Amino acid sequence: MNQGNISRAVIHTGFLVYSILCLLPLFVVLTISLSDEQSIFQSGYHLIPEKFSLDAYAFIFSGNSPIIQAYGVTIIVTLLGTLLHLVISSMLAYGLSRNEVKYKNIISFIVVFCLLFNGGLVPWYMLFSKYLHLKDTLLVLIVPYLVSSVNVLIMRNFFRTIPDSIVESARIDGSGEFNTFLRLVVPLSTPVLATIGLFVAVFYWNDWFTASLLIEDGKLYPLQFLLQSIMNNIAYLQANALTQKLATSLPDETARMATCVLAVAPIALTYPFLQKYFVKGLTLGAVKA
Amino acid sequence: MQDLILQSKHKTKKKIRIPPFIKELVKNKTIYLMMLPGLLFILIVYYLPMIGVVIAFQEFNPFKGIWGSKWVGFSNFEFLFRSDAVWQITLNTIVYNVIFMITGLGLAMAMAIMINEISNRFFAGLYKSVMLLPYLLSWVVAEYLLYSFLSIDKGIINQLLQAFGVEPVQWYSEPFYWRFIMPAAYIWKNVGYYAVIFAAGITSISPEYYEAAKMDGASKLQQALKITVPMLMPITITLVLLQAGKIFYAAFGDWGMFYNLPRESGVLFSATNVIDTYVFRALKQMNDFGMSSAIGLYQSVVGFILVLVSNWLIRKYDRDSALF
Repeated sequence: MNQGNISRAVIHTGFLVYSILCLLPLFVVLTISLSDEQSIFQSGYHLIPEKFSLDAYAFIFSGNSPIIQAYGVTIIVTLLGTLLHLVISSMLAYGLSRNEVKYKNIISFIVVFCLLFNGGLVPWYMLFSKYLHLKDTLLVLIVPYLVSSVNVLIMRNFFRTIPDSIVESARIDGSGEFNTFLRLVVPLSTPVLATIGLFVAVFYWNDWFTASLLIEDGKLYPLQFLLQSIMNNIAYLQANALTQKLATSLPDETARMATCVLAVAPIALTYPFLQKYFVKGLTLGAVKA
Repeated sequence: MQDLILQSKHKTKKKIRIPPFIKELVKNKTIYLMMLPGLLFILIVYYLPMIGVVIAFQEFNPFKGIWGSKWVGFSNFEFLFRSDAVWQITLNTIVYNVIFMITGLGLAMAMAIMINEISNRFFAGLYKSVMLLPYLLSWVVAEYLLYSFLSIDKGIINQLLQAFGVEPVQWYSEPFYWRFIMPAAYIWKNVGYYAVIFAAGITSISPEYYEAAKMDGASKLQQALKITVPMLMPITITLVLLQAGKIFYAAFGDWGMFYNLPRESGVLFSATNVIDTYVFRALKQMNDFGMSSAIGLYQSVVGFILVLVSNWLIRKYDRDSALF
């Protein structure tokens, strides 16, 4: 009995330490963003602000920085991208789950094969920049990721578990094919659609890669790419002439960290409410073709 | 008269004889229409670029396009395989992936077994959620988090070192440390993800095994090693083979860590440059289309072979877990 208590204490301590390791870096960045710029300049980063200050956030929300714009871009891309991804992928998956669709095997093969082979980065880049002419548009941040083979297969496998009799009875009642899908299949599949939607939303929110290759217009920078740019180029936040004059008195290090905090905030704040969907969603990952 | 009727019947029958392909499309037209956007997307975004692999055999000029550029045969590949870079990035990619696979999956399994020992469901759920959180953060954000610790003059670690009278470390110019930082970062971000998968696998093990073992006086450790670990083998092998199929893609495809964490420090390339970052930089910074598509094709082809081999192995071991 006593031994059991000791091992339990060891396990709890281990997980407590690991949990702190997971959260501490986020806490440090939050702390820096809430510090006074001068105190950071003089004595570096600390776990607790030496001198508390909201200057960084005041600067960001004063409108003199491109962050608000980037936030808008990211929100639009995330919402629109997730919605379109769910609609397009689920309709394809539904077709693949129906027995009466004669060509479902060929189409399934087409879907699976792109998991095995891809053309590589350069042809992908050429497609969007030269042939689809989507460079420097908001659309290019959304379009490349509207269908993912893995998500289609997960959805298809879930739709297959819906008994045929339910779909048949709706058909006998005179419901059209699309109506059956919308009013019967989709409501029955909300758990799987919600989970996939969450992961897709996180993907769009976190995407820096697409913008890094295909966006040059500063107005279309999404949040993550802005973050990446200001890490490499300190002056970016104070890019316009008016603020450059005041540059010495403006927050810089702290404003960068505040941008990072704002990029994480929506995920961190909604996570406690959504975590069970994320945790459940991982077990959906087992896919068979 | 009858002949005529027969004839006309025959004629109309011939007229409306439509190929079975069209018949099927008409019969299930709504479903096919619903599938159309997704299918078109896949053909354009996934299949069209496959034709583009020919760029690897051209002296590609983006203004002339695929049809106008000069063909150069295998010279891009010759140039590629004669350079030292290709061997270094290939080696880095594979060695890191092997380390990630062993430490990542091993730690995740150990954590899942321990989390299963926690009887308090609130704490078990809390630990799982906290462990999974880093998985949802981007590598750009991770770059900031790491920088707050490793910054040369302001970082927390160097301040701690100085407080103890130790010389501060030039983290962003010493490749040696990055051979450990990279696996640590990978584990930090991904171990929670795999631990949750393993934990779900453990809950599906029948409690009877453990009851029988307890009757025989087996300790918790023995139960873990003799029941839990063997029962988790099917999941483990599937995960290992899925990762083995992606071993030519840095961090199994999630290569942002190699691009973002070292903050573009060229001094660190010997420890941080991998195939994916090399291709990305060749395209983004040097606009070297021929070279970057040659190395991209090298990656795709070897990757394709590895997927086929690992899938063949999965089928041999456990038919149900095979991808196809």
